[in-house]
Order: sequence, then structure tokens, then C-alpha cells
Amino acid sequence: MNNLKKRQEYRSLFKQNVKKRLIIDKIVRIIIISCVIAAIIPLGSILAEVFKNGITAISIEFLTQTPGSVGSGTGGVGPAIQGTLIVVGLASLMGVPIGVFSGIFLSEFGDNRLGRSVRFFNDVFMEFPSIVLGIFAFLVIVLVLGHFSVWAGAFALALIMFPIIARTTEESLKMVPITYREAGMALGLRKWVVTMRIVIAAAKEGMITGIMLSVARIGGETAPLIMTILGSSLFFANMNTPMDALPLRIWRLSMLPYDSAQLQGWGAALVLIFIIMGINIGLRALVLHKKETMQILKILKETVGGRK
Amino acid sequence: MEKILSKQNDRRFDSDKIFKMGATLAGCFVLIVIVLLVFQLITQSYPIWEEEGLSFIVGTDWNAADGRESFGALPYIVGTLVTSTLAMIIGVPLSIGIAMFISDAPKKIGVPLGFLIELLAAVPSIIYGLWGMYVFRGFFLDMIEKPLHNTFGDSIWLFSGTPFGLDIFTASIILAVMIIPTVSSVAREVMKAVPQQQKEAAYMLGATKWEMFKLAIFPYSKTGLIGASILGLGRAVGETMAVTMLIGNATGINAIPESLFDPSQTMSSIIANEFIEASPAGLHLPALIGVALVLLCIAIVINVIAHLLVTRMLKVKEGSINT
Repeated sequence: MNNLKKRQEYRSLFKQNVKKRLIIDKIVRIIIISCVIAAIIPLGSILAEVFKNGITAISIEFLTQTPGSVGSGTGGVGPAIQGTLIVVGLASLMGVPIGVFSGIFLSEFGDNRLGRSVRFFNDVFMEFPSIVLGIFAFLVIVLVLGHFSVWAGAFALALIMFPIIARTTEESLKMVPITYREAGMALGLRKWVVTMRIVIAAAKEGMITGIMLSVARIGGETAPLIMTILGSSLFFANMNTPMDALPLRIWRLSMLPYDSAQLQGWGAALVLIFIIMGINIGLRALVLHKKETMQILKILKETVGGRK
Repeated sequence: MEKILSKQNDRRFDSDKIFKMGATLAGCFVLIVIVLLVFQLITQSYPIWEEEGLSFIVGTDWNAADGRESFGALPYIVGTLVTSTLAMIIGVPLSIGIAMFISDAPKKIGVPLGFLIELLAAVPSIIYGLWGMYVFRGFFLDMIEKPLHNTFGDSIWLFSGTPFGLDIFTASIILAVMIIPTVSSVAREVMKAVPQQQKEAAYMLGATKWEMFKLAIFPYSKTGLIGASILGLGRAVGETMAVTMLIGNATGINAIPESLFDPSQTMSSIIANEFIEASPAGLHLPALIGVALVLLCIAIVINVIAHLLVTRMLKVKEGSINT
């Protein structure tokens, strides 16, 4: 009798306990889902607003002409688009070779003390505030030459770019099976031939992914360009004059107190986001199903993530 | 025959040596740049250390006018720390929630969702700034800041300032959104590193999903999660453009915020705002470079700590237990 009562008591206690735990579980689930929604809303809002406001500003004229007089709402962002292409192209010319060779060093010769410290500092350098790199470029190029220079801007962007490429190249090369290298060696090929012709050929997809993502990353950089290429409203003249770039133009336009300038700012933002998102989404859509490149993206997520 | 072989060997030796040297040089480039960078920052900011000494770090006045030059970086250091800390308080729980959702969701939902979250990282900082200034600010001012100020303005000092929209609160929220992709993707990797057996063991004890996270995943991945958050802090500290556009750009003593609705200034935003106007002849430029040096030191310390924590966590082999 007594036993039965106790059992019932335990059962009700158990039920209460389970009920409470299940409710807590439900509440946590709701909180987690609202976290996800809270992160998606800004993304959706940014993309929607840029598209909605930007599309009204876009025209052939807007894309090709120099900016009109301040506040007039005429003209376009032609020099900015041209400038972004030039400075990103130049930065890639400097950053890609250094990054790739640095990645080769880390993967093929990096199994020693020097390699480990390079890897570590590479990862730390990746997180340097980009504005500090801009100041560095200002100090060693602009201050020495005595004028703003496209080289300085490209150099600053290359500094942001090369550690990313080094890291992704290293990981792609490491994923090439050691047997490929051994097969090359067994044919009597030199190490550099093996690396450049066999290993890189096998790893090129991951490397290209890393390079393109780093291009997308530097395309949106503003801070290091402020003190290196300054911004201008004319088309590119030569390497030793100030030049415009899309992020700089957006910044300028957003600071102006005119509605027309703001509208042009949105238009420039749409062009910029179109380029950057195009690279990002395109690459991911192309490589999403491939295992090796997924691995690269994973490493990028861990180490790169975003801009500063 | 022997001669030909040895000749060939010699050549092989040479070209490989050059290749290795080239690669090593490229690898060492990063070390050279870091050394040069720190050296340049120190030498170029030397005048300000000589002039102001320690009061450059603890001083609060900021005057670039000729003859009355006086520079103290404390307000901007405070501004940076306050905004980044606020961003962490808002952003880290959100990111960990997202990481929990994605690590637990079926692949069909998890992969596209993870992709969407990463797109947040692809949006350039300047566009966050533009959006924050023209879209988010109006909404936030009317829907959140004003009601908060009207209800709690008198009783809680945090909400006492007059809301204007360009203040540390707005800037911190945008920063929080910007660190979400970093923190949540690292947190996800860290949670994935928890061995399946641990999760199964928790389920076997009758744990609900939340209890499984509490029992199995959080204790195991604690170090990594802390590392992920600190990595986010590093991002927030170095962030420039969006903050510059939203923080209200106060200078000097005014930049020390007294409430959430006060305008302020961070180290990176004062550089972005004033660098071009600073003349290399006076003390203004060395002062800004000094600010950059302080910023770099803080960023390096934060990132080295985060890096060590995260790699330690991700290196843990399956099956070993790390509490």
C-alpha cells in the first residue's frame, strides 16, 4: 500500500520534472530561432535597400561619367569604377605572387621552426586593422614620394590580400596527396617542377577560390584608401596623382547633405555590392558541391571571415 | 656517363635551391612587413611620445590648433573599448545561438543558412555604414532609443543622454551585426569538433536537446567558444568605416561617453576622420600615428590570445576530453 503510494508520488514528480525540462527546451529553441532571424533581417534589409535605392540611380551616364558639381545630382561614378578596377588589379599583381609563393613555402618547406612562426604571424597579420596597413603604406610610399600615389593604395590592399592567399594556397596544396609528389620525384623531376606543374595543377581550384575571395574582400576596403589614393573626381591620369575608388566615392557622397548625393551613394553601393556579391555567390555556387573547395571555404571561415 | 649525371645533379641542386629560396623569401615577407610596420609606427610617432609622454595615453584633450597643440588618446581608447564590448555583449550570444542552430539543423537547412550568414561578412564595411546612417538610424532612433529614453531616462544613467541616432549604441549594434559571421562560423567549427560519442552519451542519459548542449557541447568547447568571441572582439576593435559614419565623431573629453546615447569616437575613426587634414610638420600626424600604434598593440594582443585559444581547441583529437 505504502509502496504503491510512493510509486505514484515518484511518477508525478517525474512527470513534473520532464514537463519542466521540455518547456525549457522549447523556450531555448525559440530563442535560438529568433537569433537566426535577428541576423538574417539586417542582411535582407541591406540588400533590399541597396537594390531599391540604387536601381533608380543607375543609368549608362551614371556608370560612365565623372561626378557633376557638388549637390547637382548630375554626373556619375565612372572614375570610381575605373579606379577600383585599377587599384584592385594592381594589388592583385603584387599580392597574388607573394601570397602563392608564401603558401608554397608553408606547404612544401614549412615543416620547421621558421615555417611555424611564419604561419602564426601570417594568421596574426591577417587580423591587423586595415587602417593601420593604410598608414604603413602612407608612411613608406606617400610620405617618401611626397604625393598621393596609386602605388600606395595598391600596396596597402596587397598587404591585406597576401596573407589570405598564402593561407588558402597552403591548405589547397596540402590537400594534394603526397603520392602525386612522389610520382613526380620518381620520374626524376626537380622539386620545383613537381610543385609548379603537378601539385599546383591539382590544387588550382582551391587556390583560385582563395584568390577570388581575397579580391572580393579588398574591393570593399575603404579605410586604407583614404590616406593612399585620397579620392578624386577625374578619370585616372597617372600613377602619381590621387585616384577615385567606389568605397571612397560612397563615403564622400554619404557625407554630403543633399538627397541627390545620397541617391548617387546608393547607386555606387549597388555597383560595389554587385561586384563583390557576384564574386562571392558565383564562386560558392560553382564550388559548393566540391569537397576540396568546401574545405578551403571552411578554412577561410575560420581565419578570414570578413573585413575589418 | 658519371660526369653527365653529376652535372645534371648539380643543375638540379641549383634550380631547386633557387626555388626554395624564392619561396622562403616570400614566406618571410610577412615577418619583414610586420617588423617594418612596427618600426615605422614607432619612429614616426616618436615626437608625440617625446612631447606628451604617458599623458598621450591618459590625457583627454585633443587640440590640433597651431601653438596650442595637445593630444591625449584616452577618450578614443575608451570609445573603442566601450563600443567593442557592447558589440560583444549583443553579438556573441546571437552568434552562439546561430552556431547552435546550424550545427544542429539538418544539412538541407544548415548549409544554405550558413552561407547566408557568411554573406554578412561579404558586405563591405562602407555599405554597413551607409545602411546604418540612412536606414537603421531612423528606425532605431524612433523605435528603440526614444522609448528607452522616455521610460528609463530619469532613473537609469545608461539611457540619460538625448538620443540622436549617431551614438555609441547605434555603432555598437552595427558592430555586433558585423562580428556575427566571424564568431558564429568559428563557434560552429568548434562545436563540430565535439566528438559524436559525447553527444550520444548525453542523449542516452535522457537529455533534451538543450541539456545535450549544456552537458556535452559547452563544457567541451568552452575554450574554443571563448576564442571565437575574442576573435570577434579583435574584428570589432579594428573596424573603421561603419563606426566612423555612425558614432557621431566627438573629439577630446566629449568623446568619453556618459550614456548609451552619447556620441563618441574610436581609435580607428579618429584616424579616418583626421588623417588627411593632419600636416606632417606639426604634432597632429605623429599623434594619429601614435593612436594607430596603440590600436595595433591592442589588436595584436586580442588576436594572439584568440588564435591560441581557437587552435588549441580545434587541435583536440576526437575522443580526448577537454573540460
